Amino acid sequence: MNQIPALVRVFAYLSLLTVGGGMAAFPELKILAVDQHKWLTFPQLIHMYSVGQMAPGPNMMMIVAIGQWAGGPLGALAVLLAFFGPTALLAYIVAKVWKRLENWPWRASIQKGLAPVSIGLLLAGTFTMAKGAVVNTETAAIAAVVLLVLLRYKVNPALLVIGGGVIGLLSF
Amino acid sequence: MSDVALAAPAPPKVSLGEIFIDFLIVGATSFGGVVPYLRGMLVEKRGWLNDVEFTEMLSICQSLPGLNATNMAILVGEKLRGGAGSTVAILGMCLPGAAMMYAVGMIYRAHGDHAWTTAALKGVAAAAVGLLLSTVVQLSRKSLEKHIDLVFVAITALAVNRFHVSVPGALIGVGLLAILWHRPKQPVAAIA
Repeated sequence: MNQIPALVRVFAYLSLLTVGGGMAAFPELKILAVDQHKWLTFPQLIHMYSVGQMAPGPNMMMIVAIGQWAGGPLGALAVLLAFFGPTALLAYIVAKVWKRLENWPWRASIQKGLAPVSIGLLLAGTFTMAKGAVVNTETAAIAAVVLLVLLRYKVNPALLVIGGGVIGLLSF
Repeated sequence: MSDVALAAPAPPKVSLGEIFIDFLIVGATSFGGVVPYLRGMLVEKRGWLNDVEFTEMLSICQSLPGLNATNMAILVGEKLRGGAGSTVAILGMCLPGAAMMYAVGMIYRAHGDHAWTTAALKGVAAAAVGLLLSTVVQLSRKSLEKHIDLVFVAITALAVNRFHVSVPGALIGVGLLAILWHRPKQPVAAIA
C-alpha cells in the first residue's frame, strides 16, 4: 500500500508541534507512527531516536529512517520535505517580519510565555521516551550518570551516548 | 581594528556557495548538538553575526516550531542572501545527517535484532534520556525567569503525560495562558 500521503500528512503535522525542539513532538510521534500507522515498534522508535543523537546535524534525522522503512527512498524524501518544509517557510516569513515587530509589546510576551511551555513539552517527550528506555536499575543508572556528568562537566553529549552503548554492550 | 569593523557600512556580500559549504560542514561535523558549532562558524570564524545577533536569532528559533538547527539556517541564510541563502543553508545543514540516518536505518533494519545490538542500543537509549534531562535543566536555568514559569512547565508536562492531552492542545492551552500571564504591562506605563 502506498504510505507516502500518510507519511506527508503525519510529518507535516508533527513539524508544527516542534516548538523549542524536536522532542516536543515525540509523544505525538509515538501515537501516530507506532500505535496508529504501525510504521515501526516503540522500541525501534526509541533506538532510532537515540542513535540519531550520535549523528551530526539536526537531531530528529531519524525520521528519514521511518520514511525509508514505510515508503522506500521516496518515503524518506517525502518525510524530509514534510517535516522541514512547513517550519522552514514559517521561519522565513518570521525572519522577514520580526525586525518590524521589534517594538510590538507582545513579542516579548510570546517569547517569555512559550519558553516554559516548550520546556514542558520537552519534559513530556522525555518521559514518553523514558517509559521505554529506562526499564531497570542498570538503565536508570546510565541515565542518571549521563545527566549528572552533563550538568557538572563540559563534555560532548555524543561521547556520553556512545559510552552508554559501550556499557550496555559490556553488561550484555 | 575594532574601529574599522564598527565603521564598516555593510557586511560584504557572501556567495551562495560559501553559505552552502559552511552549513554543510556544520551539518557534517556537529556531533552532540548544533548550536555551539553554529556559533563557532557564524560568530567566530566568519563574523557573519555578532554574539548579540546570534543569541537573538536563537531565541526567535526557540519560540517557533521547527528545530533550532534548521530554523537558524533559514534565519541566517535569509539575513545573508534572502530566500536563496535560506535554501542553500538548510540543504547544507540537513544533507549529511539525513544521508547518515538513511544508512543507519538500513543497517538497523538488517541487523537491529542481534542480541549484542539490542544490548548496546539499550545503553544508548538510557544515555539519551540522561542527555534530554540535562537539556531540560539547562534550558530552565537559562530561560525561566519566574517561579510561575516552573508551574507552566509542570502543567504542560503533566497534561501530556498524565492526562493525555494532545501536544497541540497543551501547546495552545498552556501557551496562551503563559503568554497572557507575561502580557505587556499596562499601556499607560508604555506611553509614559
